[in-house]
Amino acid sequence: MATAIPVLPEPQARALASAYAAAVSVRRCRGAAVLVTIILLALVSGWLADVRPVTLVAKIGNFGSFIGRTIPDFSSGNVLADLRAWYWNFPDWLGLLGQTILIAYLGTLMGAVVAFALCFIASANLARSRWSRVGARRLLEFCRTVPDIVFALIFVIAFGLGPMAGVFALAIHTTGALGKLFAEVVENIDMKPVEGLQATGASWVQTVRYGVLPQVAPGFASYALLRFEINVRGAGVMGFVGAGGIGQEFLVAIRNFYYSDVSAILLMIIATVIVIDLVTEQVRHRLIGFEGAR
Amino acid sequence: MSETVTTAAEDTGRGRLAAAARADLAGLKARHPDAFRLSPKNRALAILVPLAIIAVAFGAMVALDFSLFRILNGLSRLGRFAVLMMPPAPEGRFFVFLSALGETLGIAFLGTLTAALLAFPVAFLAARNVIPNIFVHFGTRRAFDVIRSVDTLIWALLWINVVGLGPFAGVLAIACSDFGSFGKLFSEAIEATDGKATEGVAASGGSRLHQVRFGLVPGVLPVIASQVLYYFESNTRSATIIGIVGAGGVGIYLTELIRVLELQQVAFLILMILVTVAIIDFISTRLRLAIIGNKKFV
Repeated sequence: MATAIPVLPEPQARALASAYAAAVSVRRCRGAAVLVTIILLALVSGWLADVRPVTLVAKIGNFGSFIGRTIPDFSSGNVLADLRAWYWNFPDWLGLLGQTILIAYLGTLMGAVVAFALCFIASANLARSRWSRVGARRLLEFCRTVPDIVFALIFVIAFGLGPMAGVFALAIHTTGALGKLFAEVVENIDMKPVEGLQATGASWVQTVRYGVLPQVAPGFASYALLRFEINVRGAGVMGFVGAGGIGQEFLVAIRNFYYSDVSAILLMIIATVIVIDLVTEQVRHRLIGFEGAR
Repeated sequence: MSETVTTAAEDTGRGRLAAAARADLAGLKARHPDAFRLSPKNRALAILVPLAIIAVAFGAMVALDFSLFRILNGLSRLGRFAVLMMPPAPEGRFFVFLSALGETLGIAFLGTLTAALLAFPVAFLAARNVIPNIFVHFGTRRAFDVIRSVDTLIWALLWINVVGLGPFAGVLAIACSDFGSFGKLFSEAIEATDGKATEGVAASGGSRLHQVRFGLVPGVLPVIASQVLYYFESNTRSATIIGIVGAGGVGIYLTELIRVLELQQVAFLILMILVTVAIIDFISTRLRLAIIGNKKFV
């Protein structure tokens, strides 16, 4: 089966080819400009951040030997005894890890409650006064821009050392982060039930309760769980500033060069974070399934 | 005048509907039983789940030594701090703070860039549509998960042991923790591309490498660029705190000033951070919109 391939007349083809070349060269020029900008910025940042590639190359071996030293001694032939020597402080660490999870839980819950109260005021479709909406938005922005550990630093001085400061610090940051996400969920709802309720004479609170809440509840729960995952990681380092959890123990271990403790605690943190990620992911999939079925 | 009349009419209209509905409540219940009945399972869930959440919360408060006395004490002290913060003043250290902020931005930029450059090639290994071998892409994913689950501050502590105190450790810490996040995000972006472009390249005789270069990369590059910018935004925040463990940037001043209760300077420094973050947010949002257009996702 012979197929004739149509060939354009010479002048037309040349015009098209030159137009193509021009378009490509414009794109190439733009790409080169972006590349040059990025390289310049990288050089400037390298100067600002005092980057020393020579040091890195010279000391990268240290990283390997550091990791090597954190690997516990498994040479005595008795695996169980070695394991026990490695995790010599296991009950304490487990307790601190539990504390870390509780800090994350309480911080997430408190933050979510406040965010829940604020998000309806901050959403464009339900807020009744422009000023309260702008005020709520600015407040949420402030809460999420200041890092949680900075709040923890201040709270440790105000409330004393201990997990309470960590809980409040996480709660404030969570309020800011969840408030924004919740408000976005509320702004994306179907307004028909709301209008229906308003038509029957429902008050604002009733409208929110029966018209908005059923639509947004799965989304809220899913975002709160996602935040819980993030907060478990955050609570793990709260101890660096004395705000409770496993971080304090880790800091002591790494500052005093207790190498095998570093690896033991780090592995426990990683395992906890991964387990919590997996569990919340399952629950979130379930919740989103709910939403689809409704 | 006319406005008040219409609202009044509306109000009576609404009131009448509500009154009618209330008067006929029994009839409505008889005619639409489904709308009034909650399934016992849903009702039990609606009561039990909040109860469980609250019970755990109380247990947690007991376990974490919450005491009303300490809370009230702390709140009054916070109130005093707020008064001491006014008015925010640099007290002659404006340029010190400014150069520390510059260092912070440098850490964030270089850390993000390094992470993106390292994660870009590796992410293809974790994408199902590039590497069909389950062991490779599953293993790469889990490796990303492990790297991601270690916090930036912990990475900073680890790197300080290797390259010493200073901003360079901060760059490496941000590069490491973002390497995990980018790997996950990039590989998801690669998997979300539709295979038509790749098939087209394959049909015109392109090799596997050609398919990736001309079929996949042009499609994912805008998404990836926008994610990188987004992480740069969030990393300017992380880089402000990385100094708490001694890895450079503005965090070291923040920690010291809070410890010695120089609260006016603290307030000023926080304001400077907020302004910087707002500027970076503004620029990067503009750039992101320019790259991906006005799309909802990402």
